[in-house]
Amino acid sequence: MLKFCKHIFSLVALSASVLFFIVTNSFANPTKVGFVYLTTPGDHGWTYAHELGKQMVEKRFGDDVKISVVENVPEGPDATRVIRELAKQGNEIIFTTSFGYMEPTLKVAKEFPNIKFEHITGYKRSNNVATGNIRFYEGRYIQGVVAGLMTKTNKIGYIGAYPIAEVIMGINAFAQGLRSVNKDASISVIWANTWYDPVKEADAAKVHIAEGADILAQHTDSPAMLQIAEKNGALGFGQSTDMSAFAPKAQLFASENNWGPYYIKKIEQLKNGKWNTGDGPDHWAGNEWGGISSDMLKISKFQNMPDEVAKKAQEALSGIKNGSIKIFAGPLVDNTGKEIIPAGKTLDDGALWGMNYYLKGVNGKVPG
Amino acid sequence: MESLILTIIATSIPLLMAATGELITEKSGVLNLGVEGMMLSGAVGALGAVLWLENPYFGIIAGAMSGLFMACIFSVFTINFMTNQVATGLGLTIFATGLTGLAGAPLVGKTIPSLPKIEIFLLSDIPFIGNILFKQDLVAYLSICIIILITYFLKYSKPGIILRAVGDNHVSAHSVGYPVKKIRWYATCFGGMCAGIGGAYIPLVLTPHWSEGMTAGRGWIALALVVFASWIPWRIIVGALIFGGITIAQLVGQARGWPIPSQILSMMPYLATIIALTIISSRISKNNSVVPASLGKPFFDTQ
Repeated sequence: MLKFCKHIFSLVALSASVLFFIVTNSFANPTKVGFVYLTTPGDHGWTYAHELGKQMVEKRFGDDVKISVVENVPEGPDATRVIRELAKQGNEIIFTTSFGYMEPTLKVAKEFPNIKFEHITGYKRSNNVATGNIRFYEGRYIQGVVAGLMTKTNKIGYIGAYPIAEVIMGINAFAQGLRSVNKDASISVIWANTWYDPVKEADAAKVHIAEGADILAQHTDSPAMLQIAEKNGALGFGQSTDMSAFAPKAQLFASENNWGPYYIKKIEQLKNGKWNTGDGPDHWAGNEWGGISSDMLKISKFQNMPDEVAKKAQEALSGIKNGSIKIFAGPLVDNTGKEIIPAGKTLDDGALWGMNYYLKGVNGKVPG
Repeated sequence: MESLILTIIATSIPLLMAATGELITEKSGVLNLGVEGMMLSGAVGALGAVLWLENPYFGIIAGAMSGLFMACIFSVFTINFMTNQVATGLGLTIFATGLTGLAGAPLVGKTIPSLPKIEIFLLSDIPFIGNILFKQDLVAYLSICIIILITYFLKYSKPGIILRAVGDNHVSAHSVGYPVKKIRWYATCFGGMCAGIGGAYIPLVLTPHWSEGMTAGRGWIALALVVFASWIPWRIIVGALIFGGITIAQLVGQARGWPIPSQILSMMPYLATIIALTIISSRISKNNSVVPASLGKPFFDTQ
């Protein structure tokens, strides 16, 4: 009898453990997602925008995802180690959120062919590396429209991080917007040669103002430029997130990066087994490049400008959204007078990533 | 033009303050590579204090105290426990980068009032010069005063000569009865306070907010400046203005479309430092070196 009870008991225990195993593996099995951040998120700028996206993922999936984040990862060899560590921990999809993680991501992806990687703002893909990016330049076109209507000196000061295609296409889009409303205004560019150095960005802003610029735009990360504008009675645009807290009188509007929808889409694809990088040698289809129309780029409230200007800005915004405004539509002429494309044609995405010239309306030439 | 010169001066002041402090530290024979870290803690301390007490002048004091705190940590290790100064200094910077990131997290996104400009009676009315030299903030005046004072201190005062003696030969200084460790403690703490004020100047005047690692390498430039100045105080002013001037010149050059690549201008200050170093070391054989002879060497009591 005792023996029989023992058998029953072990049978129950066995079936219970089997049941438990099944439950944990099929029902409460969260998708493990990894994120690599360039800095701590703080409450403004590039990484904060990614943090907001991550929060949207948490909100959407709840317990269905398990997220690991590594902050403050320098671009370079350290990034390789961090990404590899995330891969070893069994994350199924890893988002690497800065341009400089491109090679490290590809390198680790080769070692872990079953893990999916999403590299933000890169241009190299492979069988398990897709890329995601935002059409930041769409926001910059609207900035150009507002700047052209608001400037009194017709001098626009632009602070760029590095002379790479990403930044140059932003400057050119700004110029297109500017010249759509004001043919007399022109843009001077100062390269900071850094994404982030508040003092240097502030210095560059001061120099622009001393040189007569009254509207400032930036493609660097700190709010320093807007603070200098605020102090000196100039105007400017916020970067990545709303920066009006730093410059309530100077920020005209901010282009806000909205990564959430893209993250959610990619994680959903993975859950449904639909994740892919498309066909072809460079997996172009694996690139998610969304803008205003797909809600990945948001425009904050128009402020510190007269109603007519805000109305024009709103028109530009809806024009881009519904496709009636083509930012890089011909005829396009560079600032030396050379024709890029004739009327009736539009630059394709590939051509945007090859931009190494300034369009009409920008002073000087691209360094290097 | 005027506003450009003002920008150059403002950019130079953090370098000037930090380098002046480091000069005194090094003159006593201590090489503190933690300047960057001390500047960062000065910056975060200043910002916190101003947010709390709502008066930018408390920021200067808080900056000095934060720098002092870091310098004390450094002194305990290198002077009392005789650890390697280079390693400890680097460690201090790395530690301070993390600590200030943590301490500064609640301060992110907040702005503070800037340090007011003080006009000096009558002198500020002189055209051009008045605006540039006599309408500055307290730290700017302070930095010049400190340079004048330490020039006198090192050259003519007895404590200054003792400080140099400790830096040049701590064994001899010890054998004639000077308290080597105590003097080095004082010198390192002074250096920490100056670096703290230099760091505080960044949120107090240049960009009134906190963001992690906002000194962005200025502490290292300050270290280079001390060498560039060959440990002579007034040359720090020249050096800091050259560093600041070239920084601004390369920005102006870009805005105006000068045909010089900005990278070349950016590397100029460092090139100048290397040239200065070369000249200094080639002179060492001729007349006695300007480099404090015991620089970087730990002092053991038992000697």
